[in-house]
Amino acid sequence: MFKNQLKPNLWVDKYSDYLFNFTIIKVNDSEIAKDLISETFLAGLKSKDNFKGEASERTWLTSILKRKIIDHYRKINSNKVKAEVRITYSDEESEGDWLEEQLSDPYDKNAEDLILNTELGTAIHNCLDNLNEKHALIFKMKTIDNFDTETICKEFDISPSNLWVIIHRVRKTMIDCLNQNWF
Amino acid sequence: MKCEDAGQVCDKNQYKEASFWEKLKLKVHLLYCRTCREYTKKNDKLSIVFKKSNLKIMSLHDKKNLKEQIRQEITK
Repeated sequence: MFKNQLKPNLWVDKYSDYLFNFTIIKVNDSEIAKDLISETFLAGLKSKDNFKGEASERTWLTSILKRKIIDHYRKINSNKVKAEVRITYSDEESEGDWLEEQLSDPYDKNAEDLILNTELGTAIHNCLDNLNEKHALIFKMKTIDNFDTETICKEFDISPSNLWVIIHRVRKTMIDCLNQNWF
Repeated sequence: MKCEDAGQVCDKNQYKEASFWEKLKLKVHLLYCRTCREYTKKNDKLSIVFKKSNLKIMSLHDKKNLKEQIRQEITK
């Protein structure tokens, strides 16, 4: 059977944006998100022998990240003891850990547009995964961060016409990939 | 205007980087070219989908730092 393998030197290029968006939705602060992702990668390296290769690398890293986010919630929660805020079930009949359940369910947000955004975000990232990493990065910088052409060309040492060829290729691939569900 | 050029102007236009003349030539081309009309429609939709998704990306600077952290940890 084919087993997935870990390639830590590619983690940042392949998964940092996916994990970043995943975290921002949960913690709503980009600095905290960056710290949590950094902790996730380091924890991943430390426990890489535990990776059995059954899940994808991204799923495995996401599960570590979820633990980190739960720890983060716990830390905030324990800081609020004075205000008597306890984030867990208050009645005895409900079993389980409220915090963990909130995180394990991707449909946990009340706001419908947030659900839509999470799903759409995942769909976009799944499509971006099929692309050459450099092309994906150039496209993301241009489309999500609105970098101007000159800055990107300098950063990647390419000509503007190279850039537009890459953008065209990526846009066509993205249109095909997202076509079925989102267009 | 060839379809190839029309596609590229259409892409540039998604980022507001097409010149006035390019846009004009594209408009004329679209009058008679169904394939490019179709691409333009989908391309516009892709831009809307991305706006709606509200995605964020990590800055190159932060990514470089992260890579460096990982590199140091691996070579430890």
